[in-house]
Amino acid sequence: METSEHVPEMLEPIGKVLRRHPKVNRQLNRALAPFENSAKVLMFSCNMCGQCLLHENGYTCLMNCPKQLRNGPCGGVRMNGHCEVKADMECVWLKAERRSRRFPGRYLFLRIHAPLDWRRKGSSAILNAIAGWPGNGKE
Amino acid sequence: MLPAEPQRGRFERALRSGRPVVTCEIGSPDGADPADIRKRAKLVRDYVDAVNVPDNTGGVVHASPLAACAILVQEGIDPVLHMTCRDRNRMALQSDMLGAALLGIRNILCLTGDHMIHGDQPETKPVYDVDSVILLEIVNHLTHQGKYLSGREIDPPPDLFPGCAAEPFAPPYEYRPLRLQKKVEAGAQFVQTQIVFNVDRFREYMGRVHDLGVDKRVPILAGVAPIRSVKAATFMRDEVPGMEVPDRLVRRMAQAGDDKKKREAEGIAICVEIIEEIRKIPGVAGFHIMPINWESAVAKISREAHLQPAIASPKAPPDVAKAVAPATFVAPTSAMSLALQPKS
Repeated sequence: METSEHVPEMLEPIGKVLRRHPKVNRQLNRALAPFENSAKVLMFSCNMCGQCLLHENGYTCLMNCPKQLRNGPCGGVRMNGHCEVKADMECVWLKAERRSRRFPGRYLFLRIHAPLDWRRKGSSAILNAIAGWPGNGKE
Repeated sequence: MLPAEPQRGRFERALRSGRPVVTCEIGSPDGADPADIRKRAKLVRDYVDAVNVPDNTGGVVHASPLAACAILVQEGIDPVLHMTCRDRNRMALQSDMLGAALLGIRNILCLTGDHMIHGDQPETKPVYDVDSVILLEIVNHLTHQGKYLSGREIDPPPDLFPGCAAEPFAPPYEYRPLRLQKKVEAGAQFVQTQIVFNVDRFREYMGRVHDLGVDKRVPILAGVAPIRSVKAATFMRDEVPGMEVPDRLVRRMAQAGDDKKKREAEGIAICVEIIEEIRKIPGVAGFHIMPINWESAVAKISREAHLQPAIASPKAPPDVAKAVAPATFVAPTSAMSLALQPKS
């Protein structure tokens, strides 16, 4: 497990501490997760998967997709760009594509994202990124 | 493109042969009598290289495609098992993949799966633990690493042949070829596309796919389907997301009238015309016919469009044992293949 590549190198020592002391990680998580998550829920209607991709996709939470697709849009996008399941919602992938143009690092369309680790649901994605999560950092 | 190895199923050998390949889809039965699926299989077996069995399409429950494919194997047909992420998490998917291998099913079409919201039991809990791209990776993990996702050994590992679907007709159009590339990178070894009604859009899509070089890495089978009535055409146009039926075709079906014979003949004629047009598009390795519960149309389409399986159909049972043995290449001198040779 390694620190996520999006995390500045200077935070690597913290990542080391978090990896070495799971208890510290747990308690920091308990303290930080509610704040981080409530802020992200308000701003980006985050679903608190704990394995955030917001920075790669123009701050659009892909977990709002009814199929929770992290690797590209399904074939059910309507002609008007809306979701086949929720007819009044724009496809999160179209939204992500449009919004991510304004930000660097648009990996979302080309990179294959590992499936979610459901144990991380509800935890602090920032701490997880610093500590490294199994899907991203390859254990 | 694909490394040459012996011991392959008929479908994979057909794809490697370089000749145009034909596959079709038959519905899984809604009854506990295996005679139904056998009957459907007999209608199509001599016209195709492989037969797909979809996994509860449109969120409507049918018999398990795994069971239906096992019956097809008994019939000497090389089945393509559709596997979707809608109903099963990654554990169940791995278990089903190994189960398929035990039953002699090699070809697995990895799909995300139609959402149940359009089906007859929309209150069901969706699973979607993984998606089609990860599903492809899982198949490859099992086959090439010989391990479950957990790292535990599988001995002997299954020899699966994963494929994926392509959707050229839904936005974002400019991203669709890249998504196909992503699937190929994840390990797809063949591609079957959504039903092509709008040939212009498909041509544009294939142009992009060709530029990316994807059509050289994997064979792409273009999906085609006969329209049975004007009602079916309007339904597909208005109700099925990701399917693009031009108004021109709907009008043609309306003009054919209500007479069953006439409208069915028109539907098949449209399908044959589309096949002729797709033939001119570079990079298409064959056709995938989706007759949607109208299996008898496959024979008509294949006759009128001069489609033929790349490898002659093995004889029907009781020669099952011989037909299933994958090592023997079915000699193209049998009476069946002579009848299906091109006229030129």
